[in-house]
Amino acid sequence: MARGLRAALRYALLGAVALVMVGPFLWMVATSMMDQADIFRYPPRFLPAEFTLRNYRAIMDVLPLGRMILNSFTIALSATVGQVLSCALAAYAFARMKFRGQSAIYFVLLATMMIPPQVTMIPVFLIMRFLGWIDTLTALIVPAFFGGAFGTFLLRQFFATIPQDLEDAARIDGCGRFRIFWRIVLPLSRPALITLALFTFMAYWNDLLGPVIYLSSVEKATLTIGLANLQSGIMTTRYDLLMAGSVLSVLPILVLFAMGQRWFVRGITMTGLKE
Amino acid sequence: MNRAGVFRRVEPYLYLLPTIVGLLLFSAGAVAASFFLSFTEWDIITPPRWIWFDNYLGLWQSEFFWEVVRHTLLFVLLAVPASVIASLALALLVNTTLRGVTFFRTVYFLPVVSSMIAVALVWSWMFNPRYGLLNTLLHSLFGIQGPAWLDDTTWALPAMVIVTVWKGLGYSMVIFLAGLQNIPGDLYHAATLDGAGAWRRFRHITLPLLSPTTFFVLVVTLINAFQVFEQTYVLTKGGPANSTVTLSYYVYQNAFQFFHMGQAAAVSYVLFALLFGVTLIQFRLQRRWVFYG
Repeated sequence: MARGLRAALRYALLGAVALVMVGPFLWMVATSMMDQADIFRYPPRFLPAEFTLRNYRAIMDVLPLGRMILNSFTIALSATVGQVLSCALAAYAFARMKFRGQSAIYFVLLATMMIPPQVTMIPVFLIMRFLGWIDTLTALIVPAFFGGAFGTFLLRQFFATIPQDLEDAARIDGCGRFRIFWRIVLPLSRPALITLALFTFMAYWNDLLGPVIYLSSVEKATLTIGLANLQSGIMTTRYDLLMAGSVLSVLPILVLFAMGQRWFVRGITMTGLKE
Repeated sequence: MNRAGVFRRVEPYLYLLPTIVGLLLFSAGAVAASFFLSFTEWDIITPPRWIWFDNYLGLWQSEFFWEVVRHTLLFVLLAVPASVIASLALALLVNTTLRGVTFFRTVYFLPVVSSMIAVALVWSWMFNPRYGLLNTLLHSLFGIQGPAWLDDTTWALPAMVIVTVWKGLGYSMVIFLAGLQNIPGDLYHAATLDGAGAWRRFRHITLPLLSPTTFFVLVVTLINAFQVFEQTYVLTKGGPANSTVTLSYYVYQNAFQFFHMGQAAAVSYVLFALLFGVTLIQFRLQRRWVFYG
Protein backbone atom coordinates (compact mmCIF):
# COMPACT_ATOMS: atom_id res chain seq x y z
CA MET A 1 0.00 0.00 0.00
CA ALA A 2 2.91 2.32 0.80
CA ARG A 3 4.12 1.85 -2.75
CA GLY A 4 0.74 2.87 -4.16
CA LEU A 5 0.75 5.95 -1.99
CA ARG A 6 4.22 6.90 -3.11
CA ALA A 7 3.24 6.53 -6.76
CA ALA A 8 0.16 8.67 -6.18
CA LEU A 9 2.29 11.35 -4.56
CA ARG A 10 4.71 11.32 -7.47
CA TYR A 11 1.86 11.63 -9.95
CA ALA A 12 0.49 14.58 -8.00
CA LEU A 13 3.87 16.29 -8.14
CA LEU A 14 4.34 15.47 -11.83
CA GLY A 15 0.92 16.95 -12.55
CA ALA A 16 1.55 20.10 -10.53
CA VAL A 17 4.82 20.77 -12.35
CA ALA A 18 3.17 20.03 -15.68
CA LEU A 19 0.59 22.69 -14.90
CA VAL A 20 3.35 25.23 -14.27
CA MET A 21 5.11 24.31 -17.52
CA VAL A 22 2.00 24.19 -19.72
CA GLY A 23 -0.04 26.84 -17.94
CA PRO A 24 1.47 29.77 -19.82
CA PHE A 25 0.83 28.00 -23.15
CA LEU A 26 -2.81 27.34 -22.25
CA TRP A 27 -3.18 30.94 -21.14
CA MET A 28 -1.65 31.98 -24.47
CA VAL A 29 -4.22 29.97 -26.41
CA ALA A 30 -7.10 31.09 -24.18
CA THR A 31 -6.19 34.76 -24.54
CA SER A 32 -5.79 34.40 -28.29
CA MET A 33 -9.46 33.38 -28.46
CA MET A 34 -10.76 36.12 -26.22
CA ASP A 35 -12.55 39.25 -27.19
CA GLN A 36 -10.64 42.42 -26.38
CA ALA A 37 -13.31 43.31 -23.85
CA ASP A 38 -12.83 39.94 -22.10
CA ILE A 39 -9.16 40.60 -21.59
CA PHE A 40 -9.49 43.76 -19.57
CA ARG A 41 -12.27 42.64 -17.33
CA TYR A 42 -11.87 42.65 -13.58
CA PRO A 43 -11.68 40.17 -11.95
CA PRO A 44 -9.90 38.45 -14.87
CA ARG A 45 -11.38 35.31 -16.35
CA PHE A 46 -9.46 32.22 -17.35
CA LEU A 47 -11.56 31.26 -20.32
CA PRO A 48 -13.11 33.37 -23.05
CA ALA A 49 -16.81 34.14 -22.68
CA GLU A 50 -17.11 32.84 -26.22
CA PHE A 51 -14.32 31.31 -28.24
CA THR A 52 -13.51 33.40 -31.27
CA LEU A 53 -10.97 33.10 -34.05
CA ARG A 54 -11.36 36.76 -34.91
CA ASN A 55 -7.93 37.64 -33.48
CA TYR A 56 -6.26 35.27 -35.90
CA ARG A 57 -7.85 37.04 -38.81
CA ALA A 58 -7.10 40.45 -37.28
CA ILE A 59 -3.41 39.71 -36.84
CA MET A 60 -3.15 38.80 -40.49
CA ASP A 61 -4.41 42.27 -41.33
CA VAL A 62 -1.81 43.96 -39.11
CA LEU A 63 1.14 41.76 -40.01
CA PRO A 64 2.20 40.33 -43.38
CA LEU A 65 2.12 36.92 -41.72
CA GLY A 66 2.60 34.83 -44.86
CA ARG A 67 5.65 36.86 -45.83
CA MET A 68 7.08 36.58 -42.32
CA ILE A 69 6.60 32.82 -42.14
CA LEU A 70 8.24 32.50 -45.55
CA ASN A 71 11.21 34.60 -44.38
CA SER A 72 11.63 32.63 -41.16
CA PHE A 73 11.38 29.39 -43.09
CA THR A 74 13.86 30.48 -45.77
CA ILE A 75 16.41 31.49 -43.17
CA ALA A 76 15.97 28.41 -40.98
CA LEU A 77 16.03 25.93 -43.84
CA SER A 78 19.01 27.43 -45.70
CA ALA A 79 20.97 27.82 -42.49
CA THR A 80 20.26 24.21 -41.59
CA VAL A 81 21.56 22.97 -44.94
CA GLY A 82 24.69 25.11 -44.59
CA GLN A 83 25.35 24.13 -41.04
CA VAL A 84 24.91 20.38 -41.57
CA LEU A 85 27.09 20.35 -44.70
CA SER A 86 29.95 22.45 -43.36
CA CYS A 87 29.99 20.76 -39.95
CA ALA A 88 29.87 17.28 -41.48
CA LEU A 89 32.87 18.03 -43.72
CA ALA A 90 34.91 19.38 -40.83
CA ALA A 91 33.83 16.63 -38.45
CA TYR A 92 34.90 13.97 -40.96
CA ALA A 93 38.34 15.50 -41.30
CA PHE A 94 38.74 15.62 -37.52
CA ALA A 95 37.44 12.09 -37.02
CA ARG A 96 39.22 10.23 -39.82
CA MET A 97 42.22 12.15 -41.14
CA LYS A 98 45.60 13.05 -39.74
CA PHE A 99 47.10 16.42 -40.57
CA ARG A 100 49.34 19.12 -39.28
CA GLY A 101 47.64 21.45 -36.79
CA GLN A 102 44.74 19.07 -36.26
CA SER A 103 44.46 19.29 -32.50
CA ALA A 104 45.24 23.01 -32.47
CA ILE A 105 42.43 23.80 -34.93
CA TYR A 106 40.03 21.53 -33.04
CA PHE A 107 40.91 23.22 -29.76
CA VAL A 108 40.41 26.73 -31.17
CA LEU A 109 37.10 25.67 -32.68
CA LEU A 110 35.81 24.28 -29.40
CA ALA A 111 37.11 27.34 -27.54
CA THR A 112 34.86 29.55 -29.67
CA MET A 113 31.88 28.09 -27.79
CA MET A 114 33.03 30.29 -24.90
CA ILE A 115 32.82 33.52 -26.91
CA PRO A 116 29.69 35.49 -26.15
CA PRO A 117 27.94 36.57 -29.38
CA GLN A 118 28.06 40.14 -28.09
CA VAL A 119 31.84 40.19 -28.67
CA THR A 120 31.64 39.14 -32.30
CA MET A 121 28.41 40.80 -33.35
CA ILE A 122 29.86 44.25 -34.08
CA PRO A 123 32.70 43.10 -36.39
CA VAL A 124 30.36 40.63 -38.10
CA PHE A 125 27.87 43.46 -38.59
CA LEU A 126 30.65 45.51 -40.20
CA ILE A 127 31.50 42.64 -42.56
CA MET A 128 27.86 42.37 -43.60
CA ARG A 129 27.68 46.13 -44.09
CA PHE A 130 30.82 45.99 -46.23
CA LEU A 131 29.21 43.28 -48.34
CA GLY A 132 26.01 45.31 -48.64
CA TRP A 133 23.93 42.63 -46.93
CA ILE A 134 22.23 44.76 -44.28
CA ASP A 135 18.48 44.21 -44.35
CA THR A 136 18.83 41.00 -46.36
CA LEU A 137 18.16 37.41 -45.34
CA THR A 138 21.59 36.56 -46.75
CA ALA A 139 23.28 38.20 -43.76
CA LEU A 140 21.59 35.71 -41.45
CA ILE A 141 22.06 32.66 -43.67
CA VAL A 142 25.64 32.89 -44.89
CA PRO A 143 27.48 32.47 -41.56
CA ALA A 144 25.77 29.08 -41.13
CA PHE A 145 27.73 27.80 -44.14
CA PHE A 146 31.01 28.33 -42.31
CA GLY A 147 30.85 25.60 -39.71
CA GLY A 148 30.29 25.76 -36.00
CA ALA A 149 31.70 24.27 -32.84
CA PHE A 150 28.54 22.60 -31.56
CA GLY A 151 27.68 20.83 -34.81
CA THR A 152 31.23 19.77 -35.59
CA PHE A 153 31.67 18.37 -32.10
CA LEU A 154 28.35 16.50 -32.24
CA LEU A 155 29.08 14.91 -35.62
CA ARG A 156 32.73 14.13 -34.85
CA GLN A 157 31.64 12.19 -31.78
CA PHE A 158 29.22 10.23 -33.92
CA PHE A 159 31.60 9.58 -36.84
CA ALA A 160 34.13 8.19 -34.38
CA THR A 161 31.69 5.39 -33.47
CA ILE A 162 31.32 4.15 -37.06
CA PRO A 163 33.46 1.04 -37.61
CA GLN A 164 36.55 1.79 -39.66
CA ASP A 165 36.35 -1.58 -41.48
CA LEU A 166 33.59 -0.40 -43.80
CA GLU A 167 35.68 2.49 -44.99
CA ASP A 168 38.79 0.32 -45.36
CA ALA A 169 36.86 -2.11 -47.53
CA ALA A 170 35.61 0.71 -49.71
CA ARG A 171 39.13 2.10 -50.04
CA ILE A 172 40.46 -1.28 -51.22
CA ASP A 173 37.74 -1.24 -53.86
CA GLY A 174 39.27 2.04 -55.08
CA CYS A 175 36.84 4.47 -53.49
CA GLY A 176 38.14 8.01 -52.93
CA ARG A 177 37.90 9.77 -49.58
CA PHE A 178 35.06 12.02 -50.60
CA ARG A 179 33.01 9.18 -52.04
CA ILE A 180 33.46 7.23 -48.81
CA PHE A 181 32.33 10.25 -46.87
CA TRP A 182 29.36 10.93 -49.09
CA ARG A 183 28.23 7.39 -49.85
CA ILE A 184 29.08 5.51 -46.64
CA VAL A 185 29.66 7.77 -43.67
CA LEU A 186 26.83 10.25 -44.21
CA PRO A 187 24.08 7.66 -44.77
CA LEU A 188 25.22 5.76 -41.66
CA SER A 189 25.09 8.97 -39.63
CA ARG A 190 21.47 9.82 -40.23
CA PRO A 191 20.57 9.98 -36.51
CA ALA A 192 23.29 12.52 -35.75
CA LEU A 193 22.54 14.54 -38.90
CA ILE A 194 18.84 14.70 -38.05
CA THR A 195 19.66 15.81 -34.53
CA LEU A 196 21.91 18.61 -35.74
CA ALA A 197 19.38 19.65 -38.40
CA LEU A 198 16.58 19.89 -35.85
CA PHE A 199 18.67 21.91 -33.43
CA THR A 200 19.84 24.27 -36.13
CA PHE A 201 16.39 24.76 -37.59
CA MET A 202 14.98 25.48 -34.16
CA ALA A 203 17.75 27.92 -33.26
CA TYR A 204 17.30 29.93 -36.46
CA TRP A 205 13.52 29.81 -36.41
CA ASN A 206 13.52 31.14 -32.83
CA ASP A 207 16.40 33.61 -33.23
CA LEU A 208 15.65 37.19 -32.29
CA LEU A 209 19.05 38.87 -31.87
CA GLY A 210 20.06 38.33 -35.51
CA PRO A 211 16.87 39.78 -37.01
CA VAL A 212 16.97 42.65 -34.49
CA ILE A 213 20.39 43.66 -35.76
CA TYR A 214 20.08 42.98 -39.47
CA LEU A 215 16.47 43.20 -40.59
CA SER A 216 14.76 46.57 -40.59
CA SER A 217 12.16 46.58 -43.37
CA VAL A 218 8.74 44.99 -43.05
CA GLU A 219 9.19 42.79 -46.14
CA LYS A 220 12.30 41.19 -44.62
CA ALA A 221 10.90 40.66 -41.13
CA THR A 222 10.84 37.19 -39.61
CA LEU A 223 8.10 35.98 -37.29
CA THR A 224 10.16 36.72 -34.19
CA ILE A 225 11.07 40.29 -35.07
CA GLY A 226 7.58 40.92 -36.45
CA LEU A 227 6.06 39.98 -33.11
CA ALA A 228 8.64 41.98 -31.17
CA ASN A 229 7.96 45.06 -33.29
CA LEU A 230 4.24 44.61 -32.93
CA GLN A 231 4.62 44.57 -29.16
CA SER A 232 6.93 47.57 -28.89
CA GLY A 233 4.90 49.50 -31.43
CA ILE A 234 1.29 50.51 -31.12
CA MET A 235 0.04 47.16 -29.92
CA THR A 236 1.53 47.12 -26.42
CA THR A 237 -1.75 46.21 -24.78
CA ARG A 238 -3.39 44.23 -27.56
CA TYR A 239 -2.69 40.93 -25.87
CA ASP A 240 -5.48 39.26 -27.83
CA LEU A 241 -3.56 39.88 -31.07
CA LEU A 242 -0.11 39.32 -29.58
CA MET A 243 -1.16 35.93 -28.22
CA ALA A 244 -2.68 34.91 -31.55
CA GLY A 245 0.64 35.76 -33.19
CA SER A 246 2.55 33.86 -30.53
CA VAL A 247 0.43 30.76 -31.00
CA LEU A 248 1.09 30.88 -34.74
CA SER A 249 4.84 31.24 -34.21
CA VAL A 250 5.11 28.44 -31.64
CA LEU A 251 2.91 25.97 -33.49
CA PRO A 252 5.32 24.90 -36.28
CA ILE A 253 8.17 24.30 -33.87
CA LEU A 254 5.97 22.29 -31.52
CA VAL A 255 4.85 20.10 -34.42
CA LEU A 256 8.49 19.63 -35.43
CA PHE A 257 9.36 18.78 -31.84
CA ALA A 258 6.51 16.30 -31.53
CA MET A 259 7.77 14.51 -34.63
CA GLY A 260 11.44 14.46 -33.71
CA GLN A 261 11.62 14.66 -29.94
CA ARG A 262 13.81 11.62 -29.42
CA TRP A 263 16.47 13.26 -31.62
CA PHE A 264 16.42 16.36 -29.43
CA VAL A 265 16.94 14.36 -26.28
CA ARG A 266 19.65 12.25 -27.89
CA GLY A 267 21.49 15.34 -29.11
CA ILE A 268 21.50 16.99 -25.73
CA THR A 269 22.76 13.94 -23.91
CA MET A 270 25.36 13.24 -26.59
CA THR A 271 27.00 16.64 -26.33
CA GLY A 272 26.47 16.88 -22.60
CA LEU A 273 27.87 13.62 -21.37
CA LYS A 274 30.37 12.10 -23.75
CA GLU A 275 33.48 14.16 -23.20
CA MET B 1 56.14 13.65 -54.30
CA ASN B 2 53.57 12.50 -56.81
CA ARG B 3 50.30 14.24 -57.38
CA ALA B 4 48.23 11.75 -55.41
CA GLY B 5 50.52 12.25 -52.42
CA VAL B 6 50.17 16.02 -52.58
CA PHE B 7 46.42 15.70 -52.78
CA ARG B 8 46.30 13.41 -49.74
CA ARG B 9 48.16 16.05 -47.75
CA VAL B 10 45.97 18.92 -48.86
CA GLU B 11 42.69 17.03 -48.68
CA PRO B 12 41.94 17.52 -44.96
CA TYR B 13 42.26 21.28 -45.32
CA LEU B 14 39.73 21.26 -48.15
CA TYR B 15 37.18 19.65 -45.82
CA LEU B 16 38.04 22.24 -43.23
CA LEU B 17 37.97 25.21 -45.58
CA PRO B 18 34.51 26.52 -44.58
CA THR B 19 35.32 26.04 -40.91
CA ILE B 20 38.67 27.80 -41.11
CA VAL B 21 37.24 30.72 -43.09
CA GLY B 22 34.42 30.91 -40.54
CA LEU B 23 36.88 30.92 -37.66
CA LEU B 24 38.91 33.70 -39.24
CA LEU B 25 35.97 35.88 -40.24
CA PHE B 26 33.17 35.26 -37.77
CA SER B 27 34.73 34.14 -34.51
CA ALA B 28 38.47 34.32 -33.84
CA GLY B 29 38.94 37.13 -36.34
CA ALA B 30 35.92 39.00 -35.07
CA VAL B 31 37.18 38.65 -31.50
CA ALA B 32 40.45 40.30 -32.53
CA ALA B 33 38.67 43.04 -34.50
CA SER B 34 36.45 43.74 -31.53
CA PHE B 35 39.53 44.10 -29.36
CA PHE B 36 40.99 46.81 -31.61
CA LEU B 37 37.63 48.49 -31.89
CA SER B 38 37.45 48.79 -28.12
CA PHE B 39 40.39 51.24 -28.25
CA THR B 40 38.62 53.58 -30.68
CA GLU B 41 35.85 56.08 -30.70
CA TRP B 42 33.56 55.42 -33.62
CA ASP B 43 30.05 56.50 -34.56
CA ILE B 44 30.11 54.31 -37.72
CA ILE B 45 29.77 57.41 -39.99
CA THR B 46 32.98 59.39 -39.45
CA PRO B 47 36.34 57.54 -39.42
CA PRO B 48 37.26 55.84 -36.13
CA ARG B 49 39.62 57.65 -33.77
CA TRP B 50 42.25 55.78 -31.70
CA ILE B 51 41.77 56.74 -28.07
CA TRP B 52 43.76 54.07 -26.23
CA PHE B 53 42.13 53.13 -22.94
CA ASP B 54 39.59 55.93 -22.78
CA ASN B 55 36.62 53.61 -23.33
CA TYR B 56 37.67 51.36 -20.45
CA LEU B 57 38.51 54.35 -18.23
CA GLY B 58 35.17 55.91 -19.06
CA LEU B 59 33.38 52.72 -18.07
CA TRP B 60 35.38 52.45 -14.86
CA GLN B 61 34.34 55.97 -13.89
CA SER B 62 30.74 55.66 -15.02
CA GLU B 63 28.34 55.03 -12.16
CA PHE B 64 25.77 53.63 -14.54
CA PHE B 65 28.18 51.03 -15.90
CA TRP B 66 28.73 49.64 -12.40
CA GLU B 67 25.02 49.47 -11.99
CA VAL B 68 24.81 47.45 -15.20
CA VAL B 69 27.47 45.08 -13.84
CA ARG B 70 25.48 44.78 -10.62
CA HIS B 71 22.28 43.93 -12.52
CA THR B 72 24.14 41.27 -14.48
CA LEU B 73 25.66 39.68 -11.38
CA LEU B 74 22.35 39.80 -9.53
CA PHE B 75 20.62 38.14 -12.46
CA VAL B 76 23.25 35.39 -12.59
CA LEU B 77 23.17 34.89 -8.82
CA LEU B 78 19.40 34.51 -8.80
CA ALA B 79 18.96 32.51 -12.00
CA VAL B 80 21.80 30.00 -11.87
CA PRO B 81 21.28 28.35 -8.44
CA ALA B 82 17.49 28.36 -8.89
CA SER B 83 17.82 26.80 -12.31
CA VAL B 84 20.34 24.10 -11.34
CA ILE B 85 18.50 23.05 -8.19
CA ALA B 86 15.07 23.05 -9.78
CA SER B 87 16.17 21.09 -12.84
CA LEU B 88 17.91 18.50 -10.64
CA ALA B 89 14.71 18.18 -8.62
CA LEU B 90 12.74 17.72 -11.85
CA ALA B 91 15.18 15.10 -13.10
CA LEU B 92 14.78 13.16 -9.84
CA LEU B 93 11.03 13.47 -10.21
CA VAL B 94 10.92 12.05 -13.74
CA ASN B 95 13.62 9.43 -13.08
CA THR B 96 11.06 6.69 -12.60
CA THR B 97 9.50 3.89 -14.56
CA LEU B 98 5.95 4.91 -13.71
CA ARG B 99 3.53 4.68 -16.59
CA GLY B 100 3.14 7.91 -18.56
CA VAL B 101 6.32 9.53 -17.32
CA THR B 102 7.57 10.13 -20.91
CA PHE B 103 4.54 12.32 -21.41
CA PHE B 104 5.58 14.50 -18.49
CA ARG B 105 9.19 14.70 -19.70
CA THR B 106 7.92 15.91 -23.08
CA VAL B 107 5.67 18.49 -21.47
CA TYR B 108 8.50 19.88 -19.35
CA PHE B 109 10.57 20.27 -22.50
CA LEU B 110 8.01 22.41 -24.38
CA PRO B 111 9.33 25.80 -23.18
CA VAL B 112 12.83 24.86 -24.37
CA VAL B 113 11.82 24.52 -28.01
CA SER B 114 9.53 27.55 -28.06
CA SER B 115 10.93 30.91 -29.09
CA MET B 116 11.85 33.34 -26.35
CA ILE B 117 9.73 36.02 -28.01
CA ALA B 118 6.49 34.00 -27.85
CA VAL B 119 7.22 32.79 -24.35
CA ALA B 120 8.23 36.24 -23.07
CA LEU B 121 5.13 37.80 -24.63
CA VAL B 122 2.79 35.50 -22.76
CA TRP B 123 4.75 36.03 -19.55
CA SER B 124 4.62 39.80 -19.92
CA TRP B 125 0.85 39.41 -20.16
CA MET B 126 0.87 37.13 -17.12
CA PHE B 127 2.91 39.73 -15.21
CA ASN B 128 0.29 42.39 -15.90
CA PRO B 129 -0.30 43.85 -12.41
CA ARG B 130 -4.08 44.09 -12.64
CA TYR B 131 -5.31 41.65 -15.26
CA GLY B 132 -2.44 39.19 -15.35
CA LEU B 133 -2.75 35.54 -14.38
CA LEU B 134 0.03 35.68 -11.79
CA ASN B 135 -1.36 38.36 -9.53
CA THR B 136 -4.85 36.97 -9.93
CA LEU B 137 -3.64 33.60 -8.64
CA LEU B 138 -1.58 35.18 -5.87
CA HIS B 139 -4.64 37.06 -4.74
CA SER B 140 -7.21 34.30 -4.95
CA LEU B 141 -4.99 31.50 -3.60
CA PHE B 142 -2.94 33.27 -0.95
CA GLY B 143 -4.66 36.62 -0.51
CA ILE B 144 -1.43 38.39 -1.49
CA GLN B 145 -1.47 41.65 -3.40
CA GLY B 146 1.20 40.91 -6.03
CA PRO B 147 3.77 43.52 -7.11
CA ALA B 148 3.68 45.45 -10.37
CA TRP B 149 6.37 43.06 -11.70
CA LEU B 150 7.75 44.50 -14.94
CA ASP B 151 6.71 48.05 -13.99
CA ASP B 152 8.49 47.89 -10.65
CA THR B 153 12.23 48.57 -10.42
CA THR B 154 12.61 45.96 -7.65
CA TRP B 155 10.61 43.19 -9.28
CA ALA B 156 11.44 43.53 -12.97
CA LEU B 157 14.74 41.67 -12.70
CA PRO B 158 13.33 38.81 -10.59
CA ALA B 159 10.50 38.57 -13.15
CA MET B 160 13.12 38.08 -15.87
CA VAL B 161 14.74 35.42 -13.71
CA ILE B 162 11.43 33.56 -13.42
CA VAL B 163 10.95 33.46 -17.19
CA THR B 164 14.57 32.39 -17.78
CA VAL B 165 14.48 29.59 -15.23
CA TRP B 166 11.09 28.36 -16.40
CA LYS B 167 12.21 28.27 -20.04
CA GLY B 168 15.50 26.46 -19.42
CA LEU B 169 14.40 23.85 -16.87
CA GLY B 170 13.61 21.11 -19.37
CA TYR B 171 17.01 21.34 -21.04
CA SER B 172 19.04 20.84 -17.86
CA MET B 173 16.54 18.23 -16.70
CA VAL B 174 17.30 16.06 -19.72
CA ILE B 175 21.05 16.28 -19.03
CA PHE B 176 20.59 15.48 -15.34
CA LEU B 177 18.29 12.60 -16.20
CA ALA B 178 20.90 11.05 -18.47
CA GLY B 179 23.44 11.45 -15.67
CA LEU B 180 21.12 9.81 -13.16
CA GLN B 181 20.51 6.86 -15.43
CA ASN B 182 24.25 6.29 -15.73
CA ILE B 183 24.54 5.58 -12.01
CA PRO B 184 24.62 1.79 -11.47
CA GLY B 185 21.51 0.57 -9.66
CA ASP B 186 23.52 -1.96 -7.62
CA LEU B 187 24.96 0.84 -5.54
CA TYR B 188 21.54 1.92 -4.32
CA HIS B 189 20.60 -1.67 -3.70
CA ALA B 190 23.70 -2.31 -1.59
CA ALA B 191 23.20 0.92 0.35
CA THR B 192 19.58 0.04 1.10
CA LEU B 193 20.66 -3.36 2.40
CA ASP B 194 23.13 -1.57 4.66
CA GLY B 195 20.24 0.44 6.05
CA ALA B 196 20.85 3.78 4.33
CA GLY B 197 17.72 5.95 4.06
CA ALA B 198 16.61 7.92 1.01
CA TRP B 199 18.41 11.10 2.06
CA ARG B 200 21.71 9.33 2.77
CA ARG B 201 21.53 7.48 -0.55
CA PHE B 202 20.99 10.81 -2.30
CA ARG B 203 23.75 12.55 -0.35
CA HIS B 204 26.39 9.82 -0.58
CA ILE B 205 25.63 8.09 -3.89
CA THR B 206 23.60 10.33 -6.18
CA LEU B 207 25.30 13.66 -5.55
CA PRO B 208 28.93 12.49 -5.83
CA LEU B 209 28.31 10.27 -8.87
CA LEU B 210 26.26 12.97 -10.55
CA SER B 211 28.85 15.70 -9.93
CA PRO B 212 30.40 15.66 -13.45
CA THR B 213 26.91 16.24 -14.88
CA THR B 214 26.19 18.94 -12.32
CA PHE B 215 29.43 20.62 -13.27
CA PHE B 216 28.51 20.61 -16.95
CA VAL B 217 25.02 21.99 -16.26
CA LEU B 218 26.47 24.67 -13.99
CA VAL B 219 28.98 25.87 -16.60
CA VAL B 220 26.39 26.01 -19.39
CA THR B 221 23.72 27.69 -17.26
CA LEU B 222 26.20 30.28 -16.08
CA ILE B 223 27.39 31.13 -19.59
CA ASN B 224 23.79 31.53 -20.75
CA ALA B 225 22.83 33.66 -17.77
CA PHE B 226 25.69 36.09 -18.37
CA GLN B 227 24.51 36.54 -21.96
CA VAL B 228 20.85 37.27 -21.15
CA PHE B 229 19.51 39.40 -24.00
CA GLU B 230 16.20 38.34 -25.55
CA GLN B 231 14.34 38.32 -22.23
CA THR B 232 15.40 41.91 -21.67
CA TYR B 233 14.55 42.92 -25.21
CA VAL B 234 11.01 41.56 -25.05
CA LEU B 235 10.04 41.95 -21.40
CA THR B 236 11.47 45.30 -20.34
CA LYS B 237 13.69 46.93 -22.99
CA GLY B 238 16.01 47.55 -20.04
CA GLY B 239 13.40 49.44 -18.02
CA PRO B 240 11.79 50.52 -15.79
CA ALA B 241 14.31 53.30 -15.10
CA ASN B 242 17.10 51.16 -16.60
CA SER B 243 16.76 48.68 -13.73
CA THR B 244 17.14 45.64 -16.00
CA VAL B 245 19.97 46.76 -18.29
CA THR B 246 22.52 43.94 -18.21
CA LEU B 247 25.94 43.83 -19.87
CA SER B 248 24.87 42.14 -23.08
CA TYR B 249 21.88 44.45 -23.46
CA TYR B 250 24.17 47.41 -22.82
CA VAL B 251 26.42 46.23 -25.67
CA TYR B 252 23.41 46.15 -27.97
CA GLN B 253 22.22 49.61 -26.87
CA ASN B 254 25.65 51.17 -27.28
CA ALA B 255 26.25 49.62 -30.67
CA PHE B 256 22.88 49.73 -32.39
CA GLN B 257 20.94 52.46 -30.63
CA PHE B 258 23.56 55.03 -29.59
CA PHE B 259 26.13 54.04 -32.28
CA HIS B 260 29.05 54.12 -29.87
CA MET B 261 30.80 51.22 -31.55
CA GLY B 262 34.09 51.52 -29.64
CA GLN B 263 32.35 51.82 -26.30
CA ALA B 264 30.14 48.82 -27.13
CA ALA B 265 33.19 46.74 -28.02
CA ALA B 266 34.77 47.68 -24.70
CA VAL B 267 31.65 46.59 -22.78
CA SER B 268 31.61 43.32 -24.71
CA TYR B 269 35.20 42.71 -23.64
CA VAL B 270 34.32 43.32 -20.01
CA LEU B 271 31.55 40.72 -20.40
CA PHE B 272 33.96 38.33 -22.08
CA ALA B 273 36.57 38.78 -19.35
CA LEU B 274 34.01 38.28 -16.61
CA LEU B 275 32.67 35.13 -18.25
CA PHE B 276 36.14 33.79 -18.85
CA GLY B 277 37.19 34.49 -15.27
CA VAL B 278 34.16 32.85 -13.73
CA THR B 279 34.46 29.78 -15.96
CA LEU B 280 38.16 29.49 -15.14
CA ILE B 281 37.41 29.65 -11.42
CA GLN B 282 34.80 26.92 -11.87
CA PHE B 283 37.31 24.66 -13.56
CA ARG B 284 39.76 25.33 -10.73
CA LEU B 285 37.18 24.60 -8.06
CA GLN B 286 35.90 21.44 -9.71
CA ARG B 287 38.76 19.43 -8.23
CA ARG B 288 37.25 20.00 -4.82
CA TRP B 289 33.80 18.65 -5.53
CA VAL B 290 33.58 16.94 -8.89
CA PHE B 291 34.10 13.22 -8.65
CA TYR B 292 35.31 11.41 -11.77
CA GLY B 293 34.86 7.72 -10.97
